Parts: sequence; structure tokens; C-alpha cells
Amino acid sequence: MAKLIDVSDLNIYYGDFLAVEGVNMTIEPRAVTALIGPSGCGKSTFLRSLNRMHEVIPGARVEGKVVMDGQDLYDKDVDPVSVRQHIGMVFQRPNPFPTMSIYENVAAGVRLNAKRMKKSDMDELVESSLRGANLWNEVKDRLDKPGMGLSGGQQQRLCIARAIAIRPSVLLMDEPCSALDPISTLAVEDLIGELKNEYTIVIVTHNMQQAARVSDQTGFFNLAGIGKPGKLVEIDSTSTIFSNPSQKATEDYISGRFG
Amino acid sequence: MTTTTGKSPREVLSAVDQPLTKASLPGWTPWALLAASVVVAAAVLLPGGTSIAAVAVLTAIVHLVLTGAVSRAKEGPRKAKDRVVTALVTIAFLLAMVPLVSVVWTVVSNGAARFDATFFTWSMQGVVGEGGGGLHAIWGTIIVTAVATLISVPVGLLTAVYLVEYGGKSTLARAITFLVDVMTGIPSIVAGLFVAALFVILVGPGTKLGIMGSIALSVLMIPVVVRSTEEMLKLVPNDLREAAYALGVPKWRTIIKVVLRTSVSGIATGITLAVARVAGETAPLLVTVGTTVATNFNPFDGRMATLPVYAYYSYTQPGVPPQPGIDRAWTAALVLIILVMALNLVARLISRFFSPKAGR
Repeated sequence: MAKLIDVSDLNIYYGDFLAVEGVNMTIEPRAVTALIGPSGCGKSTFLRSLNRMHEVIPGARVEGKVVMDGQDLYDKDVDPVSVRQHIGMVFQRPNPFPTMSIYENVAAGVRLNAKRMKKSDMDELVESSLRGANLWNEVKDRLDKPGMGLSGGQQQRLCIARAIAIRPSVLLMDEPCSALDPISTLAVEDLIGELKNEYTIVIVTHNMQQAARVSDQTGFFNLAGIGKPGKLVEIDSTSTIFSNPSQKATEDYISGRFG
Repeated sequence: MTTTTGKSPREVLSAVDQPLTKASLPGWTPWALLAASVVVAAAVLLPGGTSIAAVAVLTAIVHLVLTGAVSRAKEGPRKAKDRVVTALVTIAFLLAMVPLVSVVWTVVSNGAARFDATFFTWSMQGVVGEGGGGLHAIWGTIIVTAVATLISVPVGLLTAVYLVEYGGKSTLARAITFLVDVMTGIPSIVAGLFVAALFVILVGPGTKLGIMGSIALSVLMIPVVVRSTEEMLKLVPNDLREAAYALGVPKWRTIIKVVLRTSVSGIATGITLAVARVAGETAPLLVTVGTTVATNFNPFDGRMATLPVYAYYSYTQPGVPPQPGIDRAWTAALVLIILVMALNLVARLISRFFSPKAGR
């Protein structure tokens, strides 16, 4: 189920502005890849280009290749909608659908695509997704209540349940814990540890301890200056990045001697 | 600057420090001052034999001056300003209520005479003088307005969806927005004349049909529906659209099932208010639908009576003797007001039932 993604010579633009330049990396299956770097260096932009969410923004475009399973995702025959069905995403701020109950939020990926499914199958899918997101025990008695009534941490785990309910091969997470308290963060981090057995996970984070805790490999993005494009400085196994990085900039950033 | 040499800003501020407690007037003060103002105004004006309105105006002025003076002397300038502005706001509110209450009172007291079962079961077919009713006009208003809604809602809704979800900042979208703004300001009689002229070309001179009235009303309604729907769609957070896209939902499904579903309460409220707004239009219906004495359920065949036009003709050409016709006109006005009020209530109920809930 989990898949490898191979990125080569990826340039990402907003209109004429080159936001990220020349990224080459291999994202390993059944592993967590963390992306770290200062604000504005293009981590989130890069993440969004992996499931073609980048082009939702008017004027945004991409050059280069993102190959999954031998298929270039930016080939002109590829439908971005089906790419997103294979590569799920969790956002920085929890965003459950306000008109839907907890159950409907988890079922949203299936229902919004008007796929027919038996009630019993749907119940099973919702339960397994909520269990997968470590939320089942907290919400099993109030599945018909609005998703917005949950706490921030629960809402974020609900969004993770919603993302894994479409059974994607890859899960992208854009600072999933930045709006959460330490206890909820711990819950989500434990969850990431479990999910990597089944999914390929890419996580953007500002929290270096978090990157060190949850990831198997870490990529460091940096930008030369304001208005210059962001670049992938280096990517290596997490232990190497945090103990013995090959680039001076990485070491400075990780040790807090940045700028 | 020069006067405070050698002192830091902190010292300057602490020098003018205020005590934490202050004298304040008791709670009944505004009422006592109001009573005093009434007495003063009445004493000054009533011996001259002037009207109640003049007394009310003088009371308001005296009250403002008195409140300001008393509060300033006892509580200081800031509290005095607060009290004077509070009084001003209250006076403005009462002033706004005067025409409203007056209209409702006049219509209810004049319309109550014929607000009976006959009015709701009879048309004017074969009626001369007393009796008769407005059933044909009630049906006419309902049919013409309903057809106008059927035309306006799809056009207005889809225009708004285009503007918000697809148009962006394109030239076409900006041109449409500009034209919609212009359309909002079209006088209703112009809409009526436009449709009348259109049907002269299409069908022939002198044509009057229910559908013509519906089209004229929809010309007035579409810009209102577009504007209110546009505002509602803009309120839907972009996060929700992205959440749906990230689940692999196509854009059109996202718009229908997430964007429109989230904003449905606001859209429905806007549409209902637009309906209420056009239901009372007279001028365009006068030139496009005309009036008749019998009930006509077919908007594509012949004239129809509508409540505003019915009220207009009953009042201007009441027949002989005039009183029964004038009574019917008032009752028609009363029924129209009740219809519009009912629509406003429906709008409130819709927004309550459909709005997203965040209960636990």
C-alpha cells in the first residue's frame, strides 16, 4: 500500500516567482520523512506540490518530475483529483466540515465522491479509521454530534481519520501539531509512529524535537535571502542530520545558531 | 515639551492620576430627568395650544440639555458625554419607530373591517359595491412571485458561484460585478417597461401576462440574490475547500456538497428576503400584468390580479358607492404586509435550522 516517491529537479512557482528551486529527493515507503527549515523556505509549498494541491492557488505551477510507482504525477494525462485520492493530506489547522457530524466527517471522502457503500461497510470503515486515528474511544458514543464540538486536538485527529479513511498510499502532514497542546501533540506523534507501518508519511514541522522523535529521514530546506528561492540543503537519515550533518547551514539551524 | 523638562513620561502621567472612585448618579436619574423635561415642555407650550408633536420635540431637547448639565456637574465630562449620546441614540430609535408604528396602525385599523372569510374566499367576479374579496389577487401575487423566484434563484445562484469560485479577478468577473451593482439600482418601473417593450416585440402590443410580471420582478431580484449569495460564499473558509480537494473530491462536487452546503442558511435567508422585497412591487406589475376580476392560475394566459395592483385600483377607482372598494384596498394592503412579514419569519427559521451547529 505504501509507496515510494521520487522527486527530481522540481521547481515550484507562484506566477513568475520561483518559490522552491531544484529539489531532488527520494521519499521512502513505510517511513516518516520530516521536512524542517525556517519560515518561508518553501517546505509547505513543496509538500503541497506532492499531491498537486499547489495548483489550487491561482497562478501556481510546477516544473520537474514527481514520480510515484513509475508514474510522473505531473504528466499531462494525470488527473489531479485522482492523485489526491492516492495521496492524502492533513493541514496545519484542524478543518472538519462544520455541517457534518463526526461520523459524516470520516465518511466524507467516500460520500462526497458519491461512491456507493453498504451501511455496514461504512460503519466498519468509520470505526477502523477512527481507531487508526486513536479517536474511537473518545467519540464512539457521540458519532452523530457535530465534528466542530470536539477539542482542537480531537478535531485534528478527526481530520487524520478523515484523511486515512480514503485509504491513501501516502499521507502528507503540514505542521499537524502546531495548533495543539503537548498532550494532543503526543497523541498525534504516537499515531504517526503507528501509521508509518502502513503509509508513507511526509511531515513538515517547525519543532526539531518532533522531527527527531518521529522521523526516519529528515530534509532541511533553507533560503539564501528574502526574495530568493528556497532550496533543499540536504536530506539524510534523521540520526545523521541531528548528530553529524554534512552542511554547515544544517548544523547552525539545528543548534540554534541560525542567522 | 518644555514645561515637563526633567520629568519622565511616567511621572507626568502619575501627576494627573485619577482617583479610582467617583460620584455617580442613581439609576432612576434618566427617568426623573425625562419626567422633568416633559413637565417643562408642557408648561412652556401647552398654554399656547400647540400639538403633541411640538411638545415631544421640546421634551427631547430639554432632556438632552438637562442630562448633559446634571451629569457633568456630578459625574464629570466623560460620563456626561456617555449619557447624552445614550439619550441621542434612544431618540433616534424612537424617531425611526414613528413611521413604522404609524403605518402598521393605519393599515391594521383600516384593513380590519374587511379582514374576514369572504375576503379570502371571493374574487371580484360579478361583484359590484359591497362584498367581494381578494382571493384572485392573493393567488396572483403568490404565482407571479413564485415564478419570479424560480427564474431568479438559478440565475442568481449560478452567477454568484461563478463570481466567487471561478471568476477570481478576471475581466469578465469584474464586468459582471459592475453590471450587477448597476442592476441593483434600476428603478422598478424601468424593469416593468423593459419587459413590456420586450413582449411588444415578441408577442405584440398590449400584451399583459403573469409571466411578464415574473420576468420584470426577476430583473429586480437577480442582483439582490447574486449579491447576498456572493457574500455568503465568500464567508466559507478556504480551509474547507482545500480539505475537500485533499480528499480527492472534484471541484464541482466540492462546491455543491461543501461550499453551498455550508452557506445554505445564509443563501436561503438572502433569497427569502429578496422575495419579500419584490412581493410588494406595484409599478412593474401595473405595466406588465395589469389586473382582472377573476382568479387566473395560468401565468401564460391573460391578465392576473396581484395584491399591490389590486389595492391600487381598489383605492383609486373604488366604484359607487366608494367605501366597500376603499375597505378592500386597505385589507389587501394588510394581507400583503402579513405575507411579507411571514416570509421574513421563514427566513429567520431557515437560518436557524440550516446553520452549522457546534454543540457537544
